[in-house]
Amino acid sequence: MSAAAELSLKDRIFEILSQVPDPEIPCVSVVDLGIVREVRGQTLVITPTYTGCPATITIEQDIRAALDRGGLSDIRIETTLSPPWTTDWISDEGRERLRAYGIAPPPKGAGKHSVRETTVECPRCGSIHTQEISRFGSTPCKSLHRCLDCREPFDRFKCH
Amino acid sequence: MADDVLFDHALRLGDDALVMGQRLSEWCGHAPMLEVDLALANIALDLLGQATHFLNLAGEIEGKGRDADALAFHRDVLDFRNCLLVEQPNGDFAQTIARQFLFSNWQELLMREIAAAPEPRLAAIGAKAVKEIAYHAKFASEWVVRLGDGTAESRTRMIAGLEWMWRFVDELFDPMDGAPSRRGEWDARINRTLTEAGLELPKPRRGAMGGRAGHHSEHLGHLLTEMQFLQRAYPGATW
Repeated sequence: MSAAAELSLKDRIFEILSQVPDPEIPCVSVVDLGIVREVRGQTLVITPTYTGCPATITIEQDIRAALDRGGLSDIRIETTLSPPWTTDWISDEGRERLRAYGIAPPPKGAGKHSVRETTVECPRCGSIHTQEISRFGSTPCKSLHRCLDCREPFDRFKCH
Repeated sequence: MADDVLFDHALRLGDDALVMGQRLSEWCGHAPMLEVDLALANIALDLLGQATHFLNLAGEIEGKGRDADALAFHRDVLDFRNCLLVEQPNGDFAQTIARQFLFSNWQELLMREIAAAPEPRLAAIGAKAVKEIAYHAKFASEWVVRLGDGTAESRTRMIAGLEWMWRFVDELFDPMDGAPSRRGEWDARINRTLTEAGLELPKPRRGAMGGRAGHHSEHLGHLLTEMQFLQRAYPGATW
C-alpha cells in the first residue's frame, strides 16, 4: 500500500471513530478520550482507560460496529496496555466538551501527579472556590465536587 | 523468567487482587455513607480489573486454554495463591480500613517494581495498576487518620482493626518475590500515617504464613463458595 493510501485509511478510521461516543460520557468520542491510539497496517490499536472500567467491552463493540458500518470490516482491533492511558491524551476539543457537559476536565499535563490536590474549576460558573466531596464517583474516571459559589455539585474527570 | 515461575508469579498477583476485590465488594450497599460505598466499590472494581489482566496472563503462559474466568471460578481453595491478609473478613469499617491500609501501601510499592520489571506483559499491567492503587492507598491512609484521631470509639476500633490484621503483614514480605527490600519503605509509610493518626505500631507477633502455598484460613473457602456459586452450579453459563 502506498504511503498516501495508508494515510487516507488512517484518516478514514479516525473520522469514523470520532463519531463513536464514550458509552458513559456520550459528549466525548473515543478519539477525544485518547482510547484510539494508532493504525498499524490493517490493525487499529486501542487502550483501556482503567483496568476495571466496565465500559471497555462496550467501547470495543461500538468501535467494531462503526468500522463494519463504514465498510472496514477487515480492520483488526488490538488492545494494548502499554504505555498506560493517561488523561493527558484527552484532546483540547474533548476537554471543552466535558466542561460544556458539566464535567470539570483534568488540566493538561496533570496526569503524572494524579493523587495530588489541584485547583478545580466549577464547570458551571468558573469559580475556583470548590470542594471535593468524594474522590471516587459514579464511574472509575470521575470524582465528586461542589462549588461553594454557585452551590452546584459537579463531577470532575480525575487526573490519571 | 521460566514459564512456570512466571505463571506462579502472575497467579499470586491475580489472586491477591481478586480476593481483595471480592471482599471489598461485600460492602456494596452497606457502607457507613454513600461516598464510602462508592469508594469501596470503585476500589473493588479496579482490583477486579487488575485480577482479570493478571489471571488472563497466567492462563496465556500456562497454555492450557484457561482464561481469567476459568482460573477465578474453577479452582478450589488449595489452588489459590493469595496472601492471607486479603481473605480476612471485613469485620467493622475500621477493620476493613486497617486491611486496606496495610495492603494498598504494600501493593503500590510492589506494582511500582513490577512496572519496571523486564517481563513486558507483567510490566504493562503493573504500570496501569500503580496509578489506580495510589488512590486506594491515599483513601485508606486518610481514614486511618480520621478514625485514629477521631472519637474514643473510633480510635478503639481502629486500634483493634490494626491488631487483628497485623499478624498477616510478615507474609507480604516473603522472600519469594524479592520482597524484603520493600519492607523499609513500607514501614516508613505505615509509621508516617500512624504517627499522624496518634496511633502506635501494633506489638510484633509471630506472623501467620501459608497463603502462597495454598494453606489458607477458613475464611477463603466461604468467600469462594459465594463467588463461585453460579459457575459451579451452571458451568459455562453466560448472559
